[in-house]
Amino acid sequence: MDSRSAVIVGIGQTEFSKNSGRSELQLACEAIRLALDDAGLSPADVDGMTTFTLDSSEDVDLVRTLGIENLRFSSRVPHGGGGSTGTLAHAMAAVQSGLAKVVVGWRAMNERSEARFGTAQLSGSQETRGSGTGFIEWSVPFGAVSPAAWTGIQAQRYMHIYGATNEDFGRVSVVLRRAAASNPRAFFYEKPITLEEHQASRWIVEPAFRLFDCCQESDGGVAFVVTSSERARDCAKPGARIVHATQAVPFETEVVTNFYHADLTRFDSGIAAAAELYGRTGLGPEDIQVAMLYDHFTVAVFWHLEAFGFCGPGEGPAFVKEGHLDLDGRLPLSPNGGLIGEAYIHGMNNITEAVRQIRGTAANPIENVDHVLVSSGMSAAILGRT
Amino acid sequence: MSTPPPGQRPEPVASRDSAFFWQGLREDRLLGQRCDGCQRFRHPPRPACPHCGSLDWSAVPLSGRGHLHAWIRPQHPPMPAFGADYLVALIELDEGIRLLSNLCDIEPGEIRNGMPVEVFFIDVGESGARIHQFRPLAEAANG
Repeated sequence: MDSRSAVIVGIGQTEFSKNSGRSELQLACEAIRLALDDAGLSPADVDGMTTFTLDSSEDVDLVRTLGIENLRFSSRVPHGGGGSTGTLAHAMAAVQSGLAKVVVGWRAMNERSEARFGTAQLSGSQETRGSGTGFIEWSVPFGAVSPAAWTGIQAQRYMHIYGATNEDFGRVSVVLRRAAASNPRAFFYEKPITLEEHQASRWIVEPAFRLFDCCQESDGGVAFVVTSSERARDCAKPGARIVHATQAVPFETEVVTNFYHADLTRFDSGIAAAAELYGRTGLGPEDIQVAMLYDHFTVAVFWHLEAFGFCGPGEGPAFVKEGHLDLDGRLPLSPNGGLIGEAYIHGMNNITEAVRQIRGTAANPIENVDHVLVSSGMSAAILGRT
Repeated sequence: MSTPPPGQRPEPVASRDSAFFWQGLREDRLLGQRCDGCQRFRHPPRPACPHCGSLDWSAVPLSGRGHLHAWIRPQHPPMPAFGADYLVALIELDEGIRLLSNLCDIEPGEIRNGMPVEVFFIDVGESGARIHQFRPLAEAANG
């Protein structure tokens, strides 16, 4: 391993619920402490911090809550959940450049019991409601007021071009709920669904998404700790190496309200992230054993599969139908249940599951995992063994 | 599915770079931002042309005609201001730019991607703001 590699040495999370009963700052604090305990480090070791937009906790408040002496590096990745994996790119860059030695990444939110994403989003500033989207100006006046509506537009184009159906989308949900059913951390533990139950759930945005196509609105906190490979050797448990991590903001791409690039069936930011990750590492889709793909809505799994070369354009529906995404398939999808089955902690819980898969400590462990892809749309990473 | 009732919908919020667009709608004019350097249209509005770099542009009347690129029928959350049943539509205008809007005056069974559409305008709010709406192109309906 390159001595300058960055390694995730600790992960932590609170319970995932619909009403945490405490502040988002407290959830962040609890998750970060658990991640530091997991790594065998303390707040005094932390000198860097990163999160992404739409998090209400500020670094200054965490510094004084956790008892951190001084942050030398602090960043907030743009793009909301699309930027969640970007926290790994920032943490890696900080550690490799020497800007910080131990970087904490976090996301904590009461997204069910407080500010829900699934209700009408009629106003807000760029910071509070997501940077990089023009939804307030260009979507809200027309009654497109929710992430399901914005994503649904692009999904309908995909359905039209490739003949995909809502039943095709439903198979993704069935796969994720089946995985969640055997993950005690998942909100939908022991609650699998059938395709028939998916098809009986109510429309959210016709003809694209039913209720079971949508990720869960959730409360919870998740955190990770990144340090250098050299220091990782002294940490409590084996870590997961950040083989590479990247952000992707291609021409004419917006966050969520992605209506303007040339071909809406193409997932341009995923394609750009794949080119960077594969190009830099020499790895390819055949080298990935587990895929943690940002499933805010079922259809996004197809977009990721196609962008990262696991199948060709428009072949996502057949890929899931053939069983390749099952726990015993050739590319198990989010064995924690993903954002649909485990919880929607804005993508961050897919990073911690990737670490558990590398460590072999997951509730649904996949055998012989060398590399895990984590992609949240506008950022992505490949994790590997140390 | 009829035209949503006017006057109850959220009013558009313009930015400094897009003020011309919303001001044009108040006068029932659908305006596009066209680069003075390379004559290409762009949307959403922005201060410079990404193709030739020119900062000079003109607000040019658009044909108001285009095709249905994609559509949805939102069911949740309920939005009474938009009517019990409404369509959100992404329109690709003949000038090559896309606008989000509503598709009106159409039965659900008649919706098809690629169908020709034309613009019309409705009031929103009480400040004189108007917005663009689309309906099936009349000529197409006559064959």
